[in-house]
Amino acid sequence: MTKVASMRDAVAECVRDGDTVAIEGFTHLICFAAGHEIIRQHKRDLTLARLTPDLIYDQMVAAGVARKLVFSWLGNPGVGGLHAIRRRVEAPADGGAFEPLELEEYSHFGMVGRYTAGASNLPFFPLRSYFETDLPKANPLIRPIRSPFGEETVYAVPPLKPDVTIVHAQRADAAGNTQMWGLLGCQKEAAFAADRVIVVVEELVDESVVRADPNRTVIPGLIVDAVVVEPWGAHPSYVQGAYDRDNHFYRDWDAISREAASTQQWLNEWVYGVAGRAEYVEKLGAERLAGLKPSGSAPSGEVDYGVYK
Amino acid sequence: MSALAAGASGAPNPPAFSKSEMMIVAAARELAGQRVCFVGVGLPNIAVNLARLTVAPELELVYESGAFGAQPARLPLSIGDPTIVTGATAAVSMFELFSFYLQGGLVDVGFLGAAQIDRFGNINSTVIGDYDHPKTRLPGSGGACEIAINARQVFVIMRQSKRSFVEHIDFRTSPGNLGGAETAARIRKEQGWLGRGPSVVVTDLAIYHFDESGEMRLDSLHPGATLDQVRETMGWQPKIAEPLATTPDPTAEEMRLIREVLDPEGAYTK
Repeated sequence: MTKVASMRDAVAECVRDGDTVAIEGFTHLICFAAGHEIIRQHKRDLTLARLTPDLIYDQMVAAGVARKLVFSWLGNPGVGGLHAIRRRVEAPADGGAFEPLELEEYSHFGMVGRYTAGASNLPFFPLRSYFETDLPKANPLIRPIRSPFGEETVYAVPPLKPDVTIVHAQRADAAGNTQMWGLLGCQKEAAFAADRVIVVVEELVDESVVRADPNRTVIPGLIVDAVVVEPWGAHPSYVQGAYDRDNHFYRDWDAISREAASTQQWLNEWVYGVAGRAEYVEKLGAERLAGLKPSGSAPSGEVDYGVYK
Repeated sequence: MSALAAGASGAPNPPAFSKSEMMIVAAARELAGQRVCFVGVGLPNIAVNLARLTVAPELELVYESGAFGAQPARLPLSIGDPTIVTGATAAVSMFELFSFYLQGGLVDVGFLGAAQIDRFGNINSTVIGDYDHPKTRLPGSGGACEIAINARQVFVIMRQSKRSFVEHIDFRTSPGNLGGAETAARIRKEQGWLGRGPSVVVTDLAIYHFDESGEMRLDSLHPGATLDQVRETMGWQPKIAEPLATTPDPTAEEMRLIREVLDPEGAYTK
């Protein structure tokens, strides 16, 4: 049965006001196309979970879709801060009013552990982090537990079960069997932890392509609700082997997002002003896209799974 | 006489190396003999790659994004750059990276930056001011708190100033030597931590190691830097090694590697 859907339909059906949404992907495979569609559909009161909120959540927060962030590192990697989010976290110097954004903060391993507990139906995930830090004071959901087998204390974090997880990948078949390569982040854990899963891919492939290389399947169609085919859907993030991270845009965003007005202007032009990702890609232009292609090819070696009859 | 000192005394020639380049070189030299290093973005990234090309050819680069044994063909502009994957020994999930590689004790050196550090190497990268009403909201832990606890030793690389080298940090994101070496050693032993905590701090002015009391000790001044400059840029009176060394100038080869191979566009070194 095909699960292939348009981005518009997938977001309309799977993402509901008030949901906890995880658009995962660590630097790699961040589905900006889905984030922009959520903005266009005026979803509200979302709790947005991600290790690194990155530009996509800065844009979504600026657009007013979120009431809360669950995260572990809040910044524009290699550039600086996330200004739209900071405007809703830091009290203005002039004492003016601002609408506070709720923060729930962990470390990277804490967030990975939360998805892992969520995916494996465990009441918590134990880790050695947080001891002698102020993080448990900042977030009372990080709690110490005594080892049942010795004197050691470890910290526990609660399971994170998103209502919806959205992952980007190189390819999937129509049933949602999804293959990816490069940095895997915690796409798998976040997908298995979620109630609903949208997979967005660069390429739709035949089931036989997936079956020819089962070790590369990260997410089985079993847990996937919708497959959206959206080439360049991760831009300005990247897709290993397909296109590079648009580091210029990451730098440009620093200036664009410094003022609320210029941020809104950008959203008007690049999110509300386009019908979907295809139009966004056309607007980026052939030259910009060509500059993001890998400078060469580096295919993997072939492996032989063998036939056993 | 060093190039920086020549510049400061009004000689017409510009310095032969920048402060960032001195920091990169000093940090790279500290990695001599190390095997597995957890890399951060920015200056640590270049320092570690320089070490791989000079004093530590066996160095395995680990990026928290999941690349192990990376051999980047260009300067990675983020810790998740695709160039760290192509040609790497392994690309693993973050669960594996943090569970097996880091918490499992396989990382010899972890690099940390800091907005604030105290004399015992405790680090703040979360907020300036009160947590609930911050003056400045910083990125937060990311993987820093787990690196501080689990890496066998921690290298810190940061510029020093009265705002960053402080008597009391506003928030402890990553534990260093806590209130001193004795407490830190006891807790690390009781809790089964594999890490020894911070071992070196490299700044734009100097190199510090930690003495037997767990406190940062000024061991080496960079060329051109003075004791007065160091004292003016920290919130406490530092312990000073006897004799106090001068960091050797970057060599021509180190400079060539930084400027021609690792960061030809000067993204991090200007």
